[in-house]
Amino acid sequence: MESILTIRNLTKKFGSLTAVKDLSFTINKGNIYGILGPNGSGKSTTLGIVLNVVNKTAGNFHWFDGNTTTHDALKKVGAIIERPNFYPYMTAAQNLKLVCKIKNVALNNIEEKLEIVGLLDRKNHKFGTFSLGMKQRLAIASALLNDPEILILDEPTNGLDPQGIHQIREIIKQIAAKGTTILLASHLLDEVEKVCTHVVVLRKGIKLYSGRVDEMISSHGFFELKCNKEAELLAFIEKHPAFANVKTENALITAFLKEPLSSENFNKQLFENGIILTHLVQRKESLEEQFLQLTDNQ
Amino acid sequence: MLRLLNLELQKLLLNRTSKILIFISFILPFFVILLSSIKINVFGFFTLELGELGVFNFPIIWHLTTFFASQFKFFFAIVVVSMIGNEYSNKTIKQNLIDGLSKKEFILSKFYAIVFFSLISTVLIGLISLCIGLYYSSYTEFGIIIRETNFLLAYFVKLLGFFSLCLFLGMLVKRSAFALAFLFVLFISEWIIFGLLTWQFDHHVASKIQNFFPLQSMYNLIEQPFQRVAMSKFPEKAELAYDYLVHWHELVIVLGWTALFIFLSFKLLKKRDL
Repeated sequence: MESILTIRNLTKKFGSLTAVKDLSFTINKGNIYGILGPNGSGKSTTLGIVLNVVNKTAGNFHWFDGNTTTHDALKKVGAIIERPNFYPYMTAAQNLKLVCKIKNVALNNIEEKLEIVGLLDRKNHKFGTFSLGMKQRLAIASALLNDPEILILDEPTNGLDPQGIHQIREIIKQIAAKGTTILLASHLLDEVEKVCTHVVVLRKGIKLYSGRVDEMISSHGFFELKCNKEAELLAFIEKHPAFANVKTENALITAFLKEPLSSENFNKQLFENGIILTHLVQRKESLEEQFLQLTDNQ
Repeated sequence: MLRLLNLELQKLLLNRTSKILIFISFILPFFVILLSSIKINVFGFFTLELGELGVFNFPIIWHLTTFFASQFKFFFAIVVVSMIGNEYSNKTIKQNLIDGLSKKEFILSKFYAIVFFSLISTVLIGLISLCIGLYYSSYTEFGIIIRETNFLLAYFVKLLGFFSLCLFLGMLVKRSAFALAFLFVLFISEWIIFGLLTWQFDHHVASKIQNFFPLQSMYNLIEQPFQRVAMSKFPEKAELAYDYLVHWHELVIVLGWTALFIFLSFKLLKKRDL
């Protein structure tokens, strides 16, 4: 698979504090990556290093095949870091024009990208007059100007109201649907879960996991069950070899699997034993549960 | 190079404050010089005509106009420090780098803008001096006209050096107001060091060393012309004589400072985490 960003043994120290420690991972084309971690876990520092604004202490990284300089590679990258930064005295269109000049791309994309983020009618208004949501959307338009190979978003919904968060998510989904590689740093797990296929989990600058979202912990998921004959059901599950443990909460029985078992087979077995369910759901742990499990284990 | 200059010009010319300051620092002096060359009647008592004093004669006019116009450089100095200060306060310096500008290109685009405005200012002052000179001067032989045109070169180098210093101070302290305060502190400390040197050694040695200080070396390029005007009026007074010519070593010192300031600005940006 074609790699876009390769990071090897990257370390960053701020004085005595180690913000990123010996971090290695690879971003491949076509996937949507999430960088997960609590505040201060080194997400923004890592992005800052690969985006040429923070100096690394040790290790190395390279963009694409490693034959381009970082600043030339960045012309093929779209990135938004924390707050949208533009010139307040310039209009939206003028700001985008400046970005086009920096990235060496034609100016005819500006209108199209403003349309995508819904700012076309405000293109001649000064950036200083925009609300935070609009500023963030302009930042996305700016990141899209060069039709980037990869879009990097650092906390894109931070500080936005629910409507703004929704708008940004919709835009990200649209972009992802076009096959653009996306790297999304966030501490909002549910945001990452909704869009990402792969995750890198960081804590205190150390990588805990990197890989597919659904392989984050070795688990076969669990069943959520309801039944009128609760005691019989519980006794059946106790004896069943596929289950590890059971817990009951408000008449909802949660049974955790230790080996694969399809809901179809399980339901059939129960029916044959005269137990009829009123509620059957097979689920995997949510990203939040997996994340907490992962960070607790270490 | 054109791309970088173009970037910086867009940043400057769309900002109203810097547009006004650029106007004041480059266009205003020409109006003032132009006005002063017109015959002014002071309330009917007497007519003031500077042309009559012979100050618009070639070659002294080159000295006079470049000295006068260089006093306006302070306005563009504000533009230079604020073009760095604004990048930091708007955090657009970070965004520029993320968008794919290298740190070297960032410094170069600022430097090209400085060269561009210094060059325009030099060309304008050259043209206006030539016109006024041709109109007023008693001597219009080609050989006399081009004598001392090296004041124009000195003017260009002086602006270049001074603005490079401002660029460096802007990069160093990141805030426009502090950078200007720093400039003032530098001015004072040059004199304090000069005083200390005089006290330690003697006046002659101290002033030799002082000629290498950044601000003093820039001043040395174009010294005040009033004494020279007086000299031409009273040629018999030998104590008025002083060295007002532009010397090559003076140009080299200022160009050395310019290179150092730009290099240090780049090193500073390279080392910094934004």
